[in-house]
Amino acid sequence: MRTPLRSTLQLGGVAAAGLFAATIFARPSLAVDDVSAGQMLYQAKCTGCHSVDADRIGPRHRDVVGRKVASVPGFNYSPALKKLGGIWTPARLDRWLSGTQKMAPGSRMYIEIDDPTQRRLLIAYLKSVSKPH
Amino acid sequence: MDIEDRSLTGNRRAFLQQAGALTVGAAAAGLIASPPAIAAAPKFRSDIGVIQTALALEHEGIAAYRLAGKSGLLSKGTLQVATIFMGHHEAHRDSLAKLVIKAGSKPVAPKSDAQYVAELNLASLKSEKDVVALATTLEHGAASAYIGQINAIKDPKLANLFASISADEALHWTALNAAGGGQIPKSAYVFA
Repeated sequence: MRTPLRSTLQLGGVAAAGLFAATIFARPSLAVDDVSAGQMLYQAKCTGCHSVDADRIGPRHRDVVGRKVASVPGFNYSPALKKLGGIWTPARLDRWLSGTQKMAPGSRMYIEIDDPTQRRLLIAYLKSVSKPH
Repeated sequence: MDIEDRSLTGNRRAFLQQAGALTVGAAAAGLIASPPAIAAAPKFRSDIGVIQTALALEHEGIAAYRLAGKSGLLSKGTLQVATIFMGHHEAHRDSLAKLVIKAGSKPVAPKSDAQYVAELNLASLKSEKDVVALATTLEHGAASAYIGQINAIKDPKLANLFASISADEALHWTALNAAGGGQIPKSAYVFA
């Protein structure tokens, strides 16, 4: 049965998807399908600890691609991540997501995403919420 | 919760009331249930780290349910279910904190309510539907986070505890997702 609540949620989803697609089409280097799939993966895998625009268990992800590692003002990073240094490039994010403790032992994130396709899609989404570089 | 929203959510409210009754029944039948026993402190330093990260996640979940419960946005049936789910998170918190203490470390403390309100954007919640949507997202993320962290755990008994907690979070997500009118995922490995 199609309830009013469900209709509301679905309409909200359509509106959000439209806005999202409009934003992505303005970024020719990003495939819409990849970003959409990456956003779904992000919601499934990352939102336990992260948000795009708020620091929670982990730091915010807005503008993470191209950002200096451990550089969100006021966030309490582990010494391991502070020591890591450098910039979050797509290649570095791919290495990070494939095994956070291998890249920065002692950091507070403990994720290993073995599937390179999933990592690629997540990074596509993270690029979409970051300034173009 | 406003009158109009109440009229829109009858099916969801009924579902949550039923879910609450079912959950209470299951709890009564399962009084002997207990977390997987871990007699000794985790042997590996990295396991303490992963427990502390999980503990921070539980603190956030408890705060979300507690603050939503005080918001006045939840109907009686939904509040009953939210209170049960909060109790699960408190049990997870206690199990994890005990392990950290056994290992000679200090459990990570919860943040302030003001921080949780800001970080979870709780001020933006205007209806029960909003609260259910947020809780659904958080529970899915939590179930996935526990599964995702198991690879990093050295102690098999701790991995068992994490799997058990993830299953609890998945139970929460399933109830909330249905209450919000969400679809059952067609693909397997929903939280992998």
